[in-house]
Amino acid sequence: MDAHKTATPIFGGELAQRGYALNKMCYSFNHATNRAAFIRDEEAYCSEFGLNEAQRAAVKRRNVLEMLQAGGNIYYLAKLAGILGLSIQDIGAQQTSMSVEAFKAKLMAAGK
Amino acid sequence: MAIVVGAITTSHVPAIGTAIARGLQQDPYWRAFFDAYRGAHDWLEKVRPDVVVVFYNDHGLNFFLDKMPTFAVGAADEYRYADEGWGIPAMFAPFRGQAQLSWHLIESLVHDEFDVTMCQEMQVDHAFAVPMALLWPGVAWPVMAVPIAINTVQHPLPSALRCFKLGQAVGRAIESFPQNLRVVIVGTGGLSHQLEGTRAGFINKDFDLMCMEKLVSDPTALTRYSTAQLVDLAGSQGVELLMWVAARGALTGQVSSVHSNYHIPISNTAAGLMVMENRRNVLASQRYTEVEWL
Repeated sequence: MDAHKTATPIFGGELAQRGYALNKMCYSFNHATNRAAFIRDEEAYCSEFGLNEAQRAAVKRRNVLEMLQAGGNIYYLAKLAGILGLSIQDIGAQQTSMSVEAFKAKLMAAGK
Repeated sequence: MAIVVGAITTSHVPAIGTAIARGLQQDPYWRAFFDAYRGAHDWLEKVRPDVVVVFYNDHGLNFFLDKMPTFAVGAADEYRYADEGWGIPAMFAPFRGQAQLSWHLIESLVHDEFDVTMCQEMQVDHAFAVPMALLWPGVAWPVMAVPIAINTVQHPLPSALRCFKLGQAVGRAIESFPQNLRVVIVGTGGLSHQLEGTRAGFINKDFDLMCMEKLVSDPTALTRYSTAQLVDLAGSQGVELLMWVAARGALTGQVSSVHSNYHIPISNTAAGLMVMENRRNVLASQRYTEVEWL
């Protein structure tokens, strides 16, 4: 992805098609039993939904920018983040290479 | 006949639902945000609506990417919140629908060339349930509801102009419904925020405040932005402003601003609240002329 797309990915046809399996897996996390199944055996669960190599690697590395590049949609990825115990500020900090405290301070500063 | 008494637009951040579940309304982080809703409560007490028509965007609870409607109208007697995997407890009582009004809206919208998806089953996510809990805390629920979902998940999204026109068509449809119902329009989402990418955490206070001002005085100004421009100016999820534009479209040309609040941040979001009342003295024949040129 070029810099602009990395800054603000636009989830249109290309990404939606690329990320379909990953997003479908995340959609399944609306059900507690599926969240439990993912936690029990993450790799098996990823296989069941047919994630490609890039998607599996991104999930394994808990790397949100890589998940986005692999076609993940943030609304669906947020369900995965919940399982991983990551808040929206945690993943914001990760994507912007900031500490969580610095990321929160940045949000507060936007109101000044 | 049914009448549209006004509209409320509000943010719908999932963290608000979690805060409600934990009883954090008077916590220092939350107090000012929750207290601002008293202005909306007072107005709702005064206008006493029978029905709310709620423009919101589904976040992957009822709709998946396999089939993604641009506009979807609920036509059920009841709507339920369900687990969406984000950690909000299933604390919301079922919402009563008004299926007759739903079908009337659908008939009228399709006649007006809005070919909506019709949903006899529709789970509603935090974008619907959190605003309901903000507007009627601890009261389940003194109004019936008709949900209208607008796609903001998968591009291309409908334009601001299209959403405004949808709102206008909804307003016309409501006011041609033969039952005596008092209807409040609710638009949920926004204001500026972005959850993903290296620009995550983006907030644009100047743009938000301009939008809140224009929404009252000159909403057609907002219909000139493309969705790409809205993403650029308000953030990837700030594009949920489309719900506010749709809600405003359902009102008359002139409205009175009853109450508003703007609060940064709630989670990653600039949270906004507006209460607008329809000016009933505007002649029906003059109501929509302001956008005929569009």
